[in-house]
This record gives sequence, structure tokens and C-alpha cells, in this order.
Amino acid sequence: MSHPIDVVVTGLGATTPLGGDVPSTWAAALAGESGARPFEHDWSTEYGIPVEFAATLKVKPEDVLPRPELKKMDPSAQYAIIAAREAWADAGSPDVDGTRLGAVVSSGIGGIWTTLDGWDTLREKGARRVLPMTVPMLMPNSPVAYVSLEFGAKAGAHALVSACASGAEAIGYGVDMIRAGRADVVIAGGTEATIHPMPIAAFAASRTLSLRNDDPQGASRPYDVDRDGFVIGEGAGVVVLESAAHAAARGARVYGRIAGVGLSADGYHITSPEPSGDGQIRAMNMALGESGVSAREVVHVNAHATSTVVGDLIEARSIRGVLGDDSDHVALSATKSMTGHLLGGAGALETIFTVLAVHERQAPPTINVATPDPELVLDLVRDKPRELPTGDIAALNNSFGFGGHNVALVVTSA
Amino acid sequence: MAYSEQEILAGLAEIVSEETGLPTDSVLAEKSFTDDLDIDSLSMMTIVTLAEEKFDVRIPDDEVKNLATVGDAVSFIAGAQA
Repeated sequence: MSHPIDVVVTGLGATTPLGGDVPSTWAAALAGESGARPFEHDWSTEYGIPVEFAATLKVKPEDVLPRPELKKMDPSAQYAIIAAREAWADAGSPDVDGTRLGAVVSSGIGGIWTTLDGWDTLREKGARRVLPMTVPMLMPNSPVAYVSLEFGAKAGAHALVSACASGAEAIGYGVDMIRAGRADVVIAGGTEATIHPMPIAAFAASRTLSLRNDDPQGASRPYDVDRDGFVIGEGAGVVVLESAAHAAARGARVYGRIAGVGLSADGYHITSPEPSGDGQIRAMNMALGESGVSAREVVHVNAHATSTVVGDLIEARSIRGVLGDDSDHVALSATKSMTGHLLGGAGALETIFTVLAVHERQAPPTINVATPDPELVLDLVRDKPRELPTGDIAALNNSFGFGGHNVALVVTSA
Repeated sequence: MAYSEQEILAGLAEIVSEETGLPTDSVLAEKSFTDDLDIDSLSMMTIVTLAEEKFDVRIPDDEVKNLATVGDAVSFIAGAQA
């Protein structure tokens, strides 16, 4: 039984390790490119950091935004505003009453560059040199606040924080705002900018990062037997969500529909996913139930699949647990193999990939899988994109986060 | 070494330009920070913080409200130099 208010996607925007916008990012993803590259600085020598690479942005904000904006925004907000501007223009800059326009943009970690720069300044130069913009730049709602200011989004501006599920949760919340009647249009997405030596050292300390320093582009290899952790990425993805009625009234181009939102928590461990996948299964079932989509209609899954040893398999088993034998005809894609892990931006970027996969009938590839894990019980799209069926189709996007957050979104063709 | 008023104006114009995006040659002595350059109180405090560092002076918070124009700030900084 689907919800009476249909929510469609009418605009897409992103800045990612694969490209400075959605068309270049999507083209690179279909071509199976990797966004991983060595750090510009030698943090190994300077700080003893064991990881020497990351999936950094392809196009630097310095090349896109004017100086005053760069100085007033943490990189996490810069990436978000770049993606939001693209999404808004892509949607045809809808004419909407500001009190009916919402904004939901999340970051998993927040303005950590600003936080650490402020601390450095305090220690080196004293309190008098700490800049007045430090708090409005470091607060985790700063990206959504700037988006709200820019587009006059007054129906509500929200920043939901759920680590690596944040971007997908933001889109799910945006869908709910429209369904609850609080907005007609919502700008929703996620952003992250944490490629700074401190968080890199901290992630490395938790032993979750790949250490494949001799082959950065081959390091993110979800479902490969030799995967050894995730590749940290950065960037943002933003979509424009709209009630189907509002989109139809203005003759908007519709990419697809977010037909179901599923949310759950593991309540199990601060970083490890619950081994049975119960929370993930509940999220996927909730999203499917809300969408009215049957397991048989699901032709594609964009997996959370970060390339960690334990996490990838738990998710694969959860997907089979939900879809049963119908998972045999599901094209499974793990796009973090190309983009790295954008943390709070990941769920939003992967929703964009899922929407485009359904819209263009092309499942993006998973790269770097030399030898699939023998325990993988799903059909992985490897190296080249795969054509998806014509007619009405549905896809799932999963996003999970440290803390036990699970988000599943069902995307259907328009 | 003390900065001349001309050097202070040029340095201040750079700071204001970075903060606002206005070209440096529009930051003239007679311009009002609020009315002409559209600088809000948070931006003004940013400019004060950066100017203190650049010219190695102290601009007390009580003084900031008296700095209506760019010229006022130049004069204050010139006088405050040790």
C-alpha cells in the first residue's frame, strides 16, 4: 500500500571524487573510474599516519566558489552549496513559496576543518585571533543553514546526524516532510569534508581504513576476497524532492520517485553492525512495505558495501533475507569501489546513483573485484554497467552508519 | 615599524575585499562599513580580528562602534601603533 502523497525527484547535484557535478560523476561511474589518489601532503612522514591516499574531490571548491564564500563556509558547507546549486538549477529553479520549501542537509562529522583550525589558532596565537565565524562554520547544521539562506527555504531546515547513513536519512526525512504536508519541495542531501590528518589518523586507529598504499585506485574493493577496509572520500550529493502534484503542475522533468523510506537502529554496538542483519532487514522491509513494491519488482540494489571484511557480507545476507529468491535477478552495485566512502555524503550520492540507474536503466559497475568473496550470494555488477529492464522497475539504496543506524530507500521509475 | 596611513588603507582594503568580495579599489576612506559596504556586525568583528593581526594593534570592542568609516579605522589603527 503506497502513501497517498507521491514524492518525486526533479533535480540532482553533486561534487565528488569522480567529478565536479552529476553528469561528470555519473559518466565516470559508468566508465568504472576510481576517485582515489595519494594525499597532497606527506602525512605519513609528518604524523606517522599509516594511510597515504583518499578519494579527494575532483574539482576543488576554490575553482568554483568566490573567495568570500570560501572564507565563510567550512569545506563541508562549500561542497553542499555547490551540489545544492546544481540540483536547484537542474530542477528548473522551481517557483515555490518559501514557507513550502524545506531543506535537509546532513553531515556525519560536521565542520571539523573549522574546529581544528580554530584550535590551532587558539594554541598558536591566542583567543584574540580566533575568528568570529568559527562557530557558525563548525556547527553541523551550517551546510543546511547556508542552503536554507540561499534558496529561502523556510518550511524547516534540518541536519540529521547518523554517521554514514546521514545523507540517506536526510533524503528520507525530506520525503517525510512532503508526505506530512509541511512542504511541497525539499532540497535534501548530505555532505562531508574530513580529509584532514586528525580524522584520518582516528579512522586508521579504529582499523577501518584500507592500507593498500601501493595501489590507491584498487584499494576500495567491496566483496573482493582481499578487501581490507574502506577508502575515505569527500564530497556532497543533493536532490530536489517534490510532491508529484507540485512537479506535475509546473511541468517538471521527473527522474523517479522515492517510494519508500525505511529506518531502524541496531541497538547493538557503537561501530559493528549487528551480525544477523536484523536492523538492516527491518529497514529494507519497512521501505518496501511503504512503497507497495514487491520483492519481484526490485531489479537493482546500490549497496552500502564499504569494503570492510565483516560489513559487506552482513549486508549481502540481509538483502537476500529480504528479497529471498527474487534477489537472483537483482543487479547489485557497490559504487564506493569508485567514489570511496563519502561518510555523511555517501547516502545522498548513492541515492543519486540509484535514481539515475532507474531513470537511465543502467546499473553502475563495481570495480576492483578480482575474486568475489565466495560467501557473496548475490549477482554483483562487475567492471561494466549493466542494462536494467524496461517497464516499471524499482531499486533499493542502503546506507548504514556507525552507531547502528540503518536507512533504506526504495526508488521507482517515474 | 609603523605602517603609513596609506599602507593601512591598502591593507584594510584587502581584508574587506576578502570578506565581502568587493574590489579593493572600492574600499575608500570615506565609505561607511554598514551603509556603503554592507558589512554586518559579525563581518565587522572578522575584519577587526584580521586587522589586529595584520597591523599588530589592539582594537578594543568598545572602540569598534566608533569606526563608522574605513577612514575612521585607518586613523585608529595608525594611532594605536606602538
